[in-house]
Amino acid sequence: MSYLSLPFIQNALLAALLVGLAAPAVGTYLVQRRLALMGDGIGHVALTGVALGFLLGTSPVLTAVIVAALGAVAIELVRARGGATGDVALAMLFYGGIAGGVLLISLQPGGTTNLLTYLFGSILTVDGRDLVTIGVLAAGVLGVAVGLRRPLFSVCQDEEYARVCGLPVQLLNIVLAVTAALTVTVAMRVVGLLLVSALLVVPVAAAQQLTRGFAATMAAAMAIGVLVSIGGVVVSYPLDVGPGALIVVLAIAVFGFTSLVAAWGTRRRRVPAGSAA
Amino acid sequence: MTGDATALDVRRASVSLGGRLVLDEVDLQVGRGEVVSLLGANGSGKSTLVRAVVGLVPLQDGSVELFGRPLRRFRDWRRVGYVPQRITAASGVPATVREVVSAGRLPGRRLITRFGAADRRAVDDALDVVGMRGAGGSGVARLSGGQQQRVLIARALAGGPDLLILDEPTAGVDAASQAALADALGRMVARGTSILLVLHELGPLGPLIDRAVVLREGRVSYVGATPPVEDARLDTDHDVVPPPAGRFGLSSSPLGGSRS
Repeated sequence: MSYLSLPFIQNALLAALLVGLAAPAVGTYLVQRRLALMGDGIGHVALTGVALGFLLGTSPVLTAVIVAALGAVAIELVRARGGATGDVALAMLFYGGIAGGVLLISLQPGGTTNLLTYLFGSILTVDGRDLVTIGVLAAGVLGVAVGLRRPLFSVCQDEEYARVCGLPVQLLNIVLAVTAALTVTVAMRVVGLLLVSALLVVPVAAAQQLTRGFAATMAAAMAIGVLVSIGGVVVSYPLDVGPGALIVVLAIAVFGFTSLVAAWGTRRRRVPAGSAA
Repeated sequence: MTGDATALDVRRASVSLGGRLVLDEVDLQVGRGEVVSLLGANGSGKSTLVRAVVGLVPLQDGSVELFGRPLRRFRDWRRVGYVPQRITAASGVPATVREVVSAGRLPGRRLITRFGAADRRAVDDALDVVGMRGAGGSGVARLSGGQQQRVLIARALAGGPDLLILDEPTAGVDAASQAALADALGRMVARGTSILLVLHELGPLGPLIDRAVVLREGRVSYVGATPPVEDARLDTDHDVVPPPAGRFGLSSSPLGGSRS
């Protein structure tokens, strides 16, 4: 385990910790609203932002944050308006995001290698400056997810009721969408844009097999997020496999495990009732 | 203060949904401490009226006043407890009964807020009123429809409202929960809470009701004492039959004399 003292591994572990905490925290709200795939959509759009950064010679993370946030607000506005056309509009946004990103990247020489970094993540290349960016973004995401938990819970649980409570529902929805966009751009360095949504959603799905409450689900999802992110980095290095993919596979394994435990628990509860009937 | 103002005052309210006139110049008043039931067949506009009252559906014409303030300028949502028509209180992620009921403490609060002992007490009280005190830690998704309905009522009660608006609280609710509901509303009435109750059938809530307003095809067809069930036929999907004109003396003026 001596490799754990290597500086780039330590950077990677720190990044994994931050992302493992932040992504499931926001993911809990998205799953609660049945918007589990919103992270995917934002990820698609963020790719255009990354490509724009390369093209302009600025930080791809910065442009990704801006474009993803704009995309998230657009997704939220389309969703809030509802209707059948909303579905198609979202599809346009998603595929436009990917196509735009690939197109922009192909405009520059050697762009494709960079593309792979962002599509599949490269947590082992995270340096000190990246860590600062990730740290600031993750702190903002956690601040919103925890600080606004009461009103966000109300809006996600029963939007109409929240409206009657006088809560600024549209503002909160947009704040959540932008926070989700920040999370996606933070997590893209770790698991890549194609798998980013998994880190938002799978720990939540795994946690809620065993929990009864919202706060408990969020806490458990964050614990699972940290566990699989750190576990993925630690295990992937000696195995020489991609940490991003391994993190997602581990998360799905945890989901499988908690599902089994939940099913076993239900069966155990049901057996006495069944034999009594 | 708005001490003597009517809790709810709806005047000539019209609502169109999808180009169809759903409410046509409806009047509805709920006085302080009064229990008014809104009756009518499916599609008569009851739920739309209630949703317009709380601002979920825009008025095309007419006015809604809550505690003497026009709806558009009304901000004191703590005074209104709204119980939506809902089969399930569950959402994508599990939530405990306490978590759902605690959301009822949010009206009038800042967005970043801490819940203290007073909030916990209010949630306990609300759960007590609906007979769910022991179930605070249970997941709402595991409860029966009737229990979930009681949770939503507790959520509305948690803010300590002066006006309680319930949209078909008895629909699809088991007999035990209906009795618990009647009990809970009785206690709220004793505390002086005004109640607007959308009902499809009177059931065990009948004795609580001071006044009934019957809607038919988006218009008020009757206002007065609770109509006999066989006249109104509220437990069926048939159109409500208004009582003969002379019997209640109300046909020309739907609101005549029932309120000062």
